[in-house]
Amino acid sequence: MSTLLTVENLSKVYTLGGGLFGPARELVALNDVGFTLEAGETLAIVGESGCGKTTLGRCIIKAQPVTHGHVYYHPKDQAKVELTALGKRDIKPWRRDIRMIFQDPMSSLNPNMRVFDIVAEPLRIHRVARGKELEERVLDTLAKVGIAPDAVGRYPHAFSGGQRQRIGIARALVLDPRLVIADEAVSALDVSIQAQVLNLLDDLKSEFGLTYIFISHDLGVVNYIADRVLVMYLGHVVENAPTEMLFERPRHPYTEMLLEALPIADPTRRKGRSKELKGEIPYLGNRPRGCPFHTRCKYAQDICRSEKPALRSINGSAQMAACHFAETLDLKGAYESSIGGGDRPLPLEGRAGEGVVL
Amino acid sequence: MTAPLLTINDMSIIFTSPDEPDIEAVRQVDLTLTPGKTLALVGESGCGKSVTARAVLRLLDRNADIRTGEILFEGEGGKVDIARLKPDSDAMRAIRGAQVSMIFQEPMSSLSPVHTIGDQIDEIIILHERLTPRQARERTIALLDQVGVPGARERANAYPFELSGGLRQRAMIAMALACTPKLLIADEPTTALDVTTQAQILDLLRQLQDDYGMAMLFITHDLGVVAEIADEIAVMYLGDVVEQGDVFDVFRAPRHPYTQALMNSVPRLQRKAERERLSPIKGNVPSPKDRPQGCAFTSRCPFAFEPCADTRPARTSLPGDHVARCHLLTRTRAEAMA
Repeated sequence: MSTLLTVENLSKVYTLGGGLFGPARELVALNDVGFTLEAGETLAIVGESGCGKTTLGRCIIKAQPVTHGHVYYHPKDQAKVELTALGKRDIKPWRRDIRMIFQDPMSSLNPNMRVFDIVAEPLRIHRVARGKELEERVLDTLAKVGIAPDAVGRYPHAFSGGQRQRIGIARALVLDPRLVIADEAVSALDVSIQAQVLNLLDDLKSEFGLTYIFISHDLGVVNYIADRVLVMYLGHVVENAPTEMLFERPRHPYTEMLLEALPIADPTRRKGRSKELKGEIPYLGNRPRGCPFHTRCKYAQDICRSEKPALRSINGSAQMAACHFAETLDLKGAYESSIGGGDRPLPLEGRAGEGVVL
Repeated sequence: MTAPLLTINDMSIIFTSPDEPDIEAVRQVDLTLTPGKTLALVGESGCGKSVTARAVLRLLDRNADIRTGEILFEGEGGKVDIARLKPDSDAMRAIRGAQVSMIFQEPMSSLSPVHTIGDQIDEIIILHERLTPRQARERTIALLDQVGVPGARERANAYPFELSGGLRQRAMIAMALACTPKLLIADEPTTALDVTTQAQILDLLRQLQDDYGMAMLFITHDLGVVAEIADEIAVMYLGDVVEQGDVFDVFRAPRHPYTQALMNSVPRLQRKAERERLSPIKGNVPSPKDRPQGCAFTSRCPFAFEPCADTRPARTSLPGDHVARCHLLTRTRAEAMA
């Protein structure tokens, strides 16, 4: 596998106020974030609202300027380019390779444009195709995501939420990208539609050889789709590990807390959880000293309040965590202990005819 | 077994419009709520779960009509049929907010932005219990404290925008509990919250239910939340309750094809080796005006056969405390085809 993207020491600081109403304050949305992304993998970024997962996605394509740090993109047959060093004009060609899908299919499509033009717009902006060829590419991409050619003259309002999300996906894919950043792409959809879109993303990945950055707060979906998971808390990466290792045995107490909170669709696995979870994510403006998580961590010791732990590989494995006690803590995973799992509902056929009409 | 607190019998709700045909948003629904128990109403957007809940409080829009059926409530003044009360009558007002109260999905938009949360909770107490403002405020502070708002006395003077999402939801729960209701209706109360906050709020609701012994009608689309909090479940699809029963029974062996399909659409927490591809329900939910005469799920059902489109399946009782509406439960496919 080759590296597709390298993020090094990325920080993003917002300055608040600084005018009539008192001195300016700094809000650190991303703090020294680093990771590498291999071609063909699906990396999930998870965390609670305000943890910086969306900001990270936007900083990668430079939809927002970064304060410090570097993002390197490795094109197919060329030396790596530093996206963060490029100006507005110079970054444009690389935006063909890195595309985004947004959460809310209602507000991310222009209501005044026809579906055909929405999907054709990237081709026109990047002057990739025109005329007959443009038309073919648009219809072809729409067909791949399951939008019929006779619907392309309609406006977004005529489509359901799931179909609109498919249009958003077509718009991202029409330029033949290598990396797709999906920001909560299935969160706004009903479960049955969510499953359709997840399967679609999976199919498109193998068909187009895509790499995904999948930003989500839903760990069930993340376990299903991701190869690797990056857990963020208050702008820090607190854990970065292959999905199965992370769900089997998390190495950061925050990851354990997220897994603990995850509701599981099986009433027999219901558990009293009240004591395990405490507190809320602190306001970013007054971030705690030391480990950012110590205010909510049930394992916190003195060192956690004074010293910030570094993100490091745990016992030389592929699992990385930023916790002083990552090697020794025995944290609880999310999988059922026995291999084999629960039983799926049986098909209906065999049990037909047993009911009594009321 | 305890006597039911609220019984909905054969309720249909019809939305009328001057230039479109009537839409039956809720079709012949039967539900029972028992003190101390939680009934989860589950379904995708547009299935009628919120309409059903709002009907209990008579908070429906003007063009909605409870055409048939009854909503029998064991109120403080004896049994009343809520479906027969006028929405703005004194009798209904005495029930709404006091004996039956509701918490909503988005606390930011359902609390008043220009009043402090303390004032908003005081108002309900003063209205229903005729306490003095000072007494009401003491009660408010006790309530806020009980739902886990830290520094309740000071926070009572906060405006909703000054609170985090979790605290706002706690404030709304305090407001709903202000007059110790017998029934709490919770409409997607945790959907807008982070998972950790969601777990805390679910715990709080469970604990309050233990303390007050109230019945709870919990509306959600998240099967994980249902498994976590419910005693009973009712699954809705396009206005029909297609399956209902004890939550353990229904999750272990769902009998309606829609319930089965819904459960197969949720990714399960499994290791890679055991992971199966999701099997989503094909197609989209049809618009209510295209709903077939028979079973609403016909167009997407993998088992659909001859009678499904035209004949509505009856409520069919299954072993245990379990009811579903599906033709396959009363006959085999071979029988039906003959």
